[in-house]
Amino acid sequence: MTMLRDALLSALVALGLFGVMIGLKTDPGPTSLVLTWRPEAVAIAVVVVFFGRLALLSWRASRPAVAKGPGQVAAVMRKAGKYLAPVLLVLTATMPFYAGRYYLDLGILVLTYVMLGWGLNIVVGLAGLLDLGYVAFYAVGAYSFALFATEYGLGFWTCLPLGGLFAATFGVLLGFPVLRLRGDYLAIVTLAFGEIVRVVILNWVSLTGGPNGISGIPRPTFFGLTFSAAGGEGSFADFFGIEPDISQRVIFLFYVIFGLALLTNWVSLRLRNLPLGRAWEALREDEVACRSLGINVTITKLTAFGIGAMFAGFAGAFFATRQAFISPESFTFIESAIVLAIVVLGGLGSQLGVAMAAAVMIGGAELLRGIVIAGVDLVEYRMLFFGLALVLVMVLRPRGLVSGRTPSVSLGKAREIPAEMVAEGRG
Amino acid sequence: MSALLSLKGVSTFYGPIQALRNVDVEVNEGEIVTLIGANGAGKSTLMMTICGNPRAREGSIVYDGTEITQMPTHLIMRANIAHAPEGRRIFARMSVYENLLMGAHGRAQAEVADTMEQVYALFPLLKDRRSQRGGTLSGGEQQMLAIGRALMSRPRLLMLDEPSLGLAPLIVRQIFGAIRELNRTTGLTVLLVEQNAFQALRMAHRAYVLVNGAITMAGTGAELLARPEIKAAYLEGGH
Repeated sequence: MTMLRDALLSALVALGLFGVMIGLKTDPGPTSLVLTWRPEAVAIAVVVVFFGRLALLSWRASRPAVAKGPGQVAAVMRKAGKYLAPVLLVLTATMPFYAGRYYLDLGILVLTYVMLGWGLNIVVGLAGLLDLGYVAFYAVGAYSFALFATEYGLGFWTCLPLGGLFAATFGVLLGFPVLRLRGDYLAIVTLAFGEIVRVVILNWVSLTGGPNGISGIPRPTFFGLTFSAAGGEGSFADFFGIEPDISQRVIFLFYVIFGLALLTNWVSLRLRNLPLGRAWEALREDEVACRSLGINVTITKLTAFGIGAMFAGFAGAFFATRQAFISPESFTFIESAIVLAIVVLGGLGSQLGVAMAAAVMIGGAELLRGIVIAGVDLVEYRMLFFGLALVLVMVLRPRGLVSGRTPSVSLGKAREIPAEMVAEGRG
Repeated sequence: MSALLSLKGVSTFYGPIQALRNVDVEVNEGEIVTLIGANGAGKSTLMMTICGNPRAREGSIVYDGTEITQMPTHLIMRANIAHAPEGRRIFARMSVYENLLMGAHGRAQAEVADTMEQVYALFPLLKDRRSQRGGTLSGGEQQMLAIGRALMSRPRLLMLDEPSLGLAPLIVRQIFGAIRELNRTTGLTVLLVEQNAFQALRMAHRAYVLVNGAITMAGTGAELLARPEIKAAYLEGGH
């Protein structure tokens, strides 16, 4: 009975929301927009919500309270993780040998998000600072790379660290005003920061080209050798005496982002075992206790923001050189949201989980392209799948795909405590 | 005896609200000094003020000959003062071992192992649970961890804020026993804030009573225990 009421309530909410969002369609009329009323579409949506909610509730009710012993899921995941990580690593490293151009491009995109996810994981997962404006640092990295490369003619390997450096500086700049903020308040300010950066880029036309963006960003070089499709003097193909081919550049880009992502991973794993990384984790757990123990909370927070931002800057610089063109459109809030969703879905603080979530969310969504069912391309529904995936993960594994973490330092055998046994709502 | 820590005329405010009024407190080397008082009397505020968070608006705090009144918190906490804050505040998702390591933040690794063995000797339970997460410990174990964590910085002055909070009498006795033991064997100076007045006064060399942010009484633990007004106000139904 309560189930039925709950489902009816959900249907009512759906009616309220979809009545406007789906029910009213605007079509261009002869003079102005014409509203078309689509009751049948609303009815379908409401019925789907009603039965979906009912199914979810009855499934939850039928599930025994303790389905599996605590830790069993974690144990399986850990065992899988032990083999999965090296397998994934080898599969990724050898990808250029078996995958075509399209899949390599997709791989580059996924790896960019893996890197962003790992970078944000430092800020959100380790230090527990909820950052909704991560895309700002991505943008700063991309724009500083683009400006240095086009205005001063500096090469890829000079501009890349510069991009990271600028992003890190912005990270510290953002850090200062939000030192005293936590949780929701911090999220709001970082969200605003992301928007401010985008709006400034959009309006500072003399520097950034405004909405026109920056084009003609030079492509990366391999120790000074270019990857021009025409070959010729000083090109990669010419030097090694092979046929010039556009896929050489793609393969090179793939390995660059692969290396950058691995660097991000290595640095964050390494930091975790250093006092600084432990201080971040302690900060996430309890700020007052940190102060009591003589930890400089200011420095700790600023380094978390700075280092997290630096990796976003690297990723942004890579994005700029890969696209050869950047504009503010690439740095909207949805990017921050996607990266945060990757981190949350993957399990805060879990490196493997983040990589898997990025592969599923970015790669999976792209793979939908071209699958046409009943005349519609499934890729147009990727936001729907996105939302569905988030809901499913939050219902089934509320702490992310790979939740629970082994202590970074331990004497003897490290024992993992399943996430289920640790109090929620902290950090 | 010279005072290790001395507060002179300290007043602390939370915005317009005055939480401490002209407080004078002295803690001598090797003493256990207890601060008792009702809820909201300013006991924790006094401790936090010593830590520099919030800072005292008036008066001066001198530790080991150095004026620390305006020093930033993290520097005060590195000057051989350790503070186990109220409510334990251990790092729930970090292991016991990591929690202890955090207490030794900024110290050389070689000495840390030594100190950790001493903490394990004091609280053997912690050694058994060292790879377990802090959040999975019981309340008493968490309190031991909080004290152990504070001890990891090898303090001369240990400040404990209500270590008996929410613990069973047997555990409280165990923890108080450990504190007394530490004081006797290593000469550790202890400043203790307590609601559990009877036990706290019994183990204290000296004690202060805080009422509405001001010190109203001071004396040895035994003296205060014998006072009828203390009995009436703090020991009714005591343990």
